[in-house]
Amino acid sequence: MRLDSYPLAVMIVILWSQAGAFARANEMSASDVTTALRSSFVAKGQATMERLQQDETQTLCTAHARHPLPPEVAEHVSALNRVTIKPPANGQYLGDFKRGEIVALSGTGLQSSDDPAKPAGGNCYACHELAATELAYGTIGPSLRRYGKLRGSSKVTLEFAWGKIYNSNAQTACSRMPRFGHHGILSEQQLQDVMAFLFDPASPVNQ
Amino acid sequence: MINNRALWKAWLLAVGVMVPWNTVNAESSSEDAIAEYRAMFGDDNPAELWLIRGKDLWQQRRGPKNADLSGCDLGRGPGVIEGAYAELPRWFADTGRVQDLETRLITCMTMLQGMAEADILAVRFGDGDNKSDLEALVAYVADASKGHAVSLPMTHSQEKAAYALGAALFYHRAGPHDYSCNTCHGENKKRIRLQAMSKLDDAKGARDAYTHWPAYRVSQGELRTMEWRLQDCYRQQRMPQLKFGSEVAIALTMFLAKNAEGGVMAAPSIKR
Repeated sequence: MRLDSYPLAVMIVILWSQAGAFARANEMSASDVTTALRSSFVAKGQATMERLQQDETQTLCTAHARHPLPPEVAEHVSALNRVTIKPPANGQYLGDFKRGEIVALSGTGLQSSDDPAKPAGGNCYACHELAATELAYGTIGPSLRRYGKLRGSSKVTLEFAWGKIYNSNAQTACSRMPRFGHHGILSEQQLQDVMAFLFDPASPVNQ
Repeated sequence: MINNRALWKAWLLAVGVMVPWNTVNAESSSEDAIAEYRAMFGDDNPAELWLIRGKDLWQQRRGPKNADLSGCDLGRGPGVIEGAYAELPRWFADTGRVQDLETRLITCMTMLQGMAEADILAVRFGDGDNKSDLEALVAYVADASKGHAVSLPMTHSQEKAAYALGAALFYHRAGPHDYSCNTCHGENKKRIRLQAMSKLDDAKGARDAYTHWPAYRVSQGELRTMEWRLQDCYRQQRMPQLKFGSEVAIALTMFLAKNAEGGVMAAPSIKR
């Protein structure tokens, strides 16, 4: 290297490293995020540090959160989740609608502040309208008013609803709805009870 | 006198506001109830009690070094609180890191007054009779930014890095419910139960939310800061406990504050 080109080379190296620093400052890699999360949380109650670890669905849905989901990613996520759905062991999709209503109303469960010995709720009303008598319903999800009355309860309809609650990502990749069966948030009995709350003709949802 | 009157009103109205909620019709929202609640207060906000105590704590000589906080630099020079909160979080040369108001106050209390960080953090969130000095100081300092537009320096590389981390965290899905901040704060005009949610990755939603914290929380009977708000969001996301002043807490605060740039500070406010 000629002596007079040396300062120029130094300049280029400096500019290059600065540009790198700038790019790093404006874009975070997944490992930077993981490092920050690991150092910023402590386990509390049932909320362990393992919860910071993403599964493949969460990783893909995070990576594509800021733009429309590419069709091939959506299909991959759906396929990953479709295989997790287990039909009820006793073949009965519908349990007790009264117990299901309690599950739909309860918003606790799995938080660091919750008693792990108590069953978790489904918190359906946080996002959905259901029974006409419950006015404090959220609007992030669609209204499920008269769910069974409007759709009937054919085997296909029951399987569809069961799949949606068991693992929402099978039908809608990266859905905002939790995967209640897949993650064990609700027990099989609770899932059956919530199904009855949606479908039973006597359920307040269908009045 | 003003203390007693504000407290009495707070209690009376806290009871009063429950009644319309219980008999709410489908058309009315919690926002209306809260707006009504605020209107009943007029100029009185129970946060005033924290603010008065915070002012005392700022001016009193305290700690092993028997010093007041007039030497505390919140970014606009030693002792300047006017408009300081509207420019936070920011990078500080003496600590070499990006700090929000809470962590910066802890720096001042430890460096100037000689207090132990562990002692301050032991009461980071007040609970009934065990009031938090930090929450009171935050109320006092934030109040001095009322009417100031949020305007962050955002010149240091660490400030930009904190924003970028905050942006990544906002969409980060994890835990048994697959929640991210974006799950609930991804759209404006959506509700959880009756609570209206703001879209926090755009200017309007971020301004609506950010400019109203810290806030007197009616349901808790306490004044709460942004650090409290974020750790409670993560609790509801089913995540482990967010550490006070952690990298994630600062980064998300930076993300929200920068998104709220230009919004006019109206804190301490009154919230549900």
